[in-house]
Amino acid sequence: MTSLPKNTERKLGLVIDLDVCVGCHACSVNCKEWNTSGYHGPLTDTNPYGEEPSGVWFNRVHSYEIEHTNGHAQTIYFPKSCLHCEDAPCVTVCPTGASYKRSEDGIVLVDEDLCIGCKLCSWACPYGAREYDSHEGVMKKCTLCIDKIYNKNLPEESRQPACVSTCPANARHFGDLGDPESELSKKVRERGGFDLMPEQKTQPINKYLPPRTRQMKPELIQKTELEDASPEGGFLGWIDKILED
Amino acid sequence: MHPAYSVIFFTTASGVGYGMLILIGILNALGYLSNDVTYGIIIFLLSLGLITCGLLASTFHLGHPERAWRALKEWRSSWLSREGVMALLTYIPACLLAINWIIFGQTNGVNAATGLISSFCSILTVYCTAMIYASLRAIPAWNTPIVPTNFLLLSLTTGCFYLNAVDVFFGQSSLELLVINLIFISSAAFVKIKYWNLIDNGKDHTTIGTATGLGALGKISVLENPHSSKNYLQREMGFKIARKHSRKLRKITIFFLFILPILLIAISIGVQRIAYILLITTAISGSVGIIIERWLFFAEAKHVVANYYNS
Amino acid sequence: MHLLNGKIRYIEGNPDHPVNKGVLCAKGSAGIMQHYSPARLSKPLRRVGERGSGEFEEIEWDEALNIATSWLSEIRANDPKRLAFFTGRDQSQALTSWWAQQFGTPNYAAHGGFCSVNMATGGIYTFGSAFWEFSEPDWDKTKYFIMFGVAEDHDSNPIKIGLSKLKTRGAKYVSVNPVQTGYSAIADEWISITPGTDGLFVMSLIHELLRAGKVDVDYLIRYTNAPYLVIDNPGEADDGLFARTENGEELCWDSRTDKELSHKTPGLKPAMKGAYTLENGKKVRPVFQILAKRYLDQSFSPRNVARKIGVEVNVISRIAKEIATVAFQEEIIINEPWVDWRGEKHTQMIGRPVAMHAMRGISAHSNGFHTCRAIHLLQILIGSIDCPGGLRYKAPYPKGFNSLPKPTGRPNQVNPNTPLPGPHLGFVQGPEDLLVDEEGNPARIDKAFSWDAPMAAHGMMHSVITNAFRGDPYKIDVLFMYMANMSWNSSMNTAETIEMLTTKNQDTGEYVIPKIIYSDAFFSETVPYADLIFPDTTYFERWDCISTLDRPISDAEGVADAIRHPVIEPDRDVRPFQDVLIDLGGRLKLPGLINEDESVKYPDGYRDYIINHERTPGVGSLAGFRGMDGLEKGKGAPNPNQLESYIKNGCFWYDKIPDNAAYFRHANKNYLEYACNMGFIKDTTPVIFNVYSEPQQKFKLAGQGLGEHIPPKTHMDRIKKYFDPLPIWYETLEQEPENKENGFIIHAITQRPAAMYHSWGSQNAWLRQIHGSNRLFIPKLLANQLSVNDGDWVYVSSRKGKIKVRVKIMLGLNNKTVWTWNAIGKRSGSWNLQSNAEEASEGFLLNHLIDDSLPRNKHNYSFSNSDPITGQAAWFDVRVKIEKITNTQEDTLSVSEPNFDKLILPPKMPVRPNIIGYNVNTETE
Repeated sequence: MTSLPKNTERKLGLVIDLDVCVGCHACSVNCKEWNTSGYHGPLTDTNPYGEEPSGVWFNRVHSYEIEHTNGHAQTIYFPKSCLHCEDAPCVTVCPTGASYKRSEDGIVLVDEDLCIGCKLCSWACPYGAREYDSHEGVMKKCTLCIDKIYNKNLPEESRQPACVSTCPANARHFGDLGDPESELSKKVRERGGFDLMPEQKTQPINKYLPPRTRQMKPELIQKTELEDASPEGGFLGWIDKILED
Repeated sequence: MHPAYSVIFFTTASGVGYGMLILIGILNALGYLSNDVTYGIIIFLLSLGLITCGLLASTFHLGHPERAWRALKEWRSSWLSREGVMALLTYIPACLLAINWIIFGQTNGVNAATGLISSFCSILTVYCTAMIYASLRAIPAWNTPIVPTNFLLLSLTTGCFYLNAVDVFFGQSSLELLVINLIFISSAAFVKIKYWNLIDNGKDHTTIGTATGLGALGKISVLENPHSSKNYLQREMGFKIARKHSRKLRKITIFFLFILPILLIAISIGVQRIAYILLITTAISGSVGIIIERWLFFAEAKHVVANYYNS
Repeated sequence: MHLLNGKIRYIEGNPDHPVNKGVLCAKGSAGIMQHYSPARLSKPLRRVGERGSGEFEEIEWDEALNIATSWLSEIRANDPKRLAFFTGRDQSQALTSWWAQQFGTPNYAAHGGFCSVNMATGGIYTFGSAFWEFSEPDWDKTKYFIMFGVAEDHDSNPIKIGLSKLKTRGAKYVSVNPVQTGYSAIADEWISITPGTDGLFVMSLIHELLRAGKVDVDYLIRYTNAPYLVIDNPGEADDGLFARTENGEELCWDSRTDKELSHKTPGLKPAMKGAYTLENGKKVRPVFQILAKRYLDQSFSPRNVARKIGVEVNVISRIAKEIATVAFQEEIIINEPWVDWRGEKHTQMIGRPVAMHAMRGISAHSNGFHTCRAIHLLQILIGSIDCPGGLRYKAPYPKGFNSLPKPTGRPNQVNPNTPLPGPHLGFVQGPEDLLVDEEGNPARIDKAFSWDAPMAAHGMMHSVITNAFRGDPYKIDVLFMYMANMSWNSSMNTAETIEMLTTKNQDTGEYVIPKIIYSDAFFSETVPYADLIFPDTTYFERWDCISTLDRPISDAEGVADAIRHPVIEPDRDVRPFQDVLIDLGGRLKLPGLINEDESVKYPDGYRDYIINHERTPGVGSLAGFRGMDGLEKGKGAPNPNQLESYIKNGCFWYDKIPDNAAYFRHANKNYLEYACNMGFIKDTTPVIFNVYSEPQQKFKLAGQGLGEHIPPKTHMDRIKKYFDPLPIWYETLEQEPENKENGFIIHAITQRPAAMYHSWGSQNAWLRQIHGSNRLFIPKLLANQLSVNDGDWVYVSSRKGKIKVRVKIMLGLNNKTVWTWNAIGKRSGSWNLQSNAEEASEGFLLNHLIDDSLPRNKHNYSFSNSDPITGQAAWFDVRVKIEKITNTQEDTLSVSEPNFDKLILPPKMPVRPNIIGYNVNTETE
């Protein structure tokens, strides 16, 4: 059913902290590793040892530079995967109902058995969250590790999306963003978490936390230096004082 | 956007076919068309043939063409589904008219009504096709009512080229239809140029700044792409033709789709002896023009995901 | 690791693991593709064509081992030094070094000499430990953290975990690096320093602290040799050495009694400044007086260093102020009583919470040793070593340099069929410890521990091939290497290295380096140049131990070691290298590997050795679950079930260090006793911080022709200039006037990408999608000067070579520096990639620009392109010139240059799949 649910019980999603992401790609590779034998398995790689290797990945890490108005440069690492939007355009455009949003937790999924591979959902998604597996002829995307987060065979602390469990810098968080009192929602409010492309009106659930301001602090630019230790007593005079105590 | 040949073939061929059907149904109801059987065979072979070939081409472009029937399910929300439904529905009145025309030689009475329904369904089908593209906010160039207008007018224009060519072949050329064709061409040209102005001068609401949410911090540029070779997103949605190439192709489009046909049709009105060759040439010119126009339609459209990647 | 249907389903971090605590980096997450790579070797090979031709025949293990045994036993019986055994990216030094010792050749080292020996020596000679794997910042408590020259590097996941915690806590994090990527991207302040000048920066900070009196004098007196008296007697053999009592204890000037007393005297109040005369008439000055005099000189003021280092004056002064403010006004106090080595009781542990870390950006320069010592000096002056919030030791360190073995390998220590009397690598305390013959010529093939590189504590692997080729100091017979890609990215000047491996002696028709044995798991660029290949397993098919005898996985809170155990059966005829080595040792009848009846001592291979080998009584490869009952730790009898206990415990063992031993371990009696009981150190002698390094002074004196052992004439100036008991800064050795004259002024460096492991990563189907090719990153200023845009081709040239590469403009980059990702460029055909893979066509190495030797000096001697003290390979010293390519004909070639001939695959390599659909739940892959 590709009409969107009016409301979902929970709004599960991810929070990406751009303040501590160091661009190590652990999340994107671990995601590939978990999912290639999971719900959407395999995540095909074409020409893997050849001239233009190309694989299906659900999460990709971009790198950008920002040129601040004062001339300082800042490097930002930007992991991006499906944002499990509330008003997901990829769901409404799907002609077969293969693309759908779950009402119990808001996860947007593809039912591979129904997908005809028309690729329209990937055209509709402004974020590039959906990829076509040319070998299997169907669309695939981040499942929020639905086969891991509910997996009773795993211990409780492992029931997190692979990208969240694996991130060494603790730059990824998972939880219910529909609950304003959840730890995650509080963190988003505290840090000023934001949507990507709000003008696209997709109402993404995933939030991004901005880098904390750094070199822009005015006190960093002021001249400030240590005072001379008292010059009386000659060379290293101050040491006598210390040794007398 | 990557211009996929099957999609280009589908929209242009079916555009011609539906354009013909629209005109056939209306003109027939107004009594302007002969009920000659051979004529009927040709116009329906051509129109339904082009439509069917187009639909088949787009179906085989799917990852799972054997499941194509599933695409009829979600018409409540999906323009692609609606297009599928309408395309199939259109066959009903169109084929009814065709059968009565070809087998029974009857084109009036109920058949006139059937024809009008066929025209109406064809209009809706072309509209749904266009709305598949126009409804995508992620492709701002398409996200405008100009697009369905453009599709409809071009469908009518090219359909008219073909109908006029068939008419002249059967020695039934009508001045009215030629003039109508000129009107279609002018309107389509007007809308097409408006479209190009819009995409040339329109403001980008989605930028790398809004895509990353960090626009307020300063000027953002790509340092490295997430993978060193092109990925699916870049191949499918990263393609954007260079400005100087697109300008050249636009000129070529205007020439083959609008200018040359106008000239040829105008001359054929005046010099009826050579109307035959001129109007066939018009159809060919129009075909070349519409293919390039449709190719440009894709190639000039930037998907907002391209903001994340190197330009 | 989770298996399903006999194949790898999922690899994740172990949440209980003390190091990664459940996280896993990109490389670990790509383990599936690492293991199933079509680049895997599958059978022992013997070369049948010319070296480099790729013509091999598959042979059985027995035959391979017999060949090796015959080659090596001949050497061992006649001239053991003709075996050069060097290992690369592995972590089995505890075994390989011991094996080489049993064999009796002096020519062994691992890769530290071209990796980061500057950090190890700079640290151990100063404070008994080092950055890198032997210490870590107090991530939980530090309030100010400065990192110098670190890109993805040891130890990556703890750094990522730590930085995240630190930032969340609101501590300030400063990164000093010419490039703003990775860790530097998330720093609160990025300092874009000019490569090779960090030492000047640090000395300027020291200048500021001294000027303002922001120095922890109490700490210096208690824990360092800053109060020791130094003899002032220029021109004599005792100048600059410590004044000592008759029984060898260093003297201080007691300001209470106004006379000289041993530093051990209870109640001593040592003078820190001034000049004094001893009873015997010698003039002396406290170390601190000398130190202060030097660094208070105006040449180190921020104003005078700013331009050279590329950092603004007010940034330098502000950082100094921030350091001082945090260290002295934001102390941390932990109410934990402890006792120091003098027996004095303390009620608290007081911390100056400034922490630092440094790595390759400091190390890979010819001035890296002194720079590293300068950083440690800075840490010591503010009292931040092993205090709460500072830099914390990781067990089994600290170990005073004078408690560590000295190197072994002098000609009279090398005898046929006899083990070396001690371990190869160690810490010299003066010229008397050098490994040279009576004429002062190097005893080792790599010239480590000779006058070329006296403190080369990790050997100099990067010099082996060149020296063996030149026959300088002598020729060798067998070059035996493990996991070291010397024919490609691990050598400077790759083309020349390949030539040296393939050149034949014109008279004999034999190769100049006669025999090469190589072991690796994958088909690298080095395989075609070897004569005998031992194919290794992947890390899923073997036993390994990360041992306290090498570089264990300890953290600051406890000692830990770990194992790997095989989880997959090899599906091809490969054997773990360690098993092969033990087997070979048995066949060669090496004493440690056979019993008295000459039967093999470890018939079950490496597994057997790990459990049963005792380096010293009770001390073996693994420190946990020792004793017959498995309840002893550190020292204990071998436990036959030890490995099962490790496996049950998550493949690691961890012992928390008691709270009263947690800090000040260099001087903490509680810790010293703990460490002694565990077998880390021999006795409870404390580690006194060597602010002043006397061994350095001994070498300096030798360079002046003073003392019993002096260098050859060719080396005297160099020794005199570069050895100094206090850290100095000098222009890197590459920057001779000729470089400047010829326009080679831009610095060219590399960084390791987070998703690759040295050259390993390109044979991995997933990782190579991330880094399939590389660009040269250039600063915007330079790009504008050259009028180049992203993707343009340029020539990069140095005094040694020229390459053609594509550029990418980067803003966050020091203006005088260009850089690229390390080791991405591959040779066509290698790693079983398609011959036109991007790694081969567009990817490139900077190595071709780097000379492995410096230009001959005025005495016509050619030194290695290395740090003159430690022999550390000076990878990042190279200077280049960039030129835009305007000739459009060049553009159409669109491949990087130089380009090497395609390598031919050995027989029966797996077929490369065109599609991988890896899913353990389905039959097909």
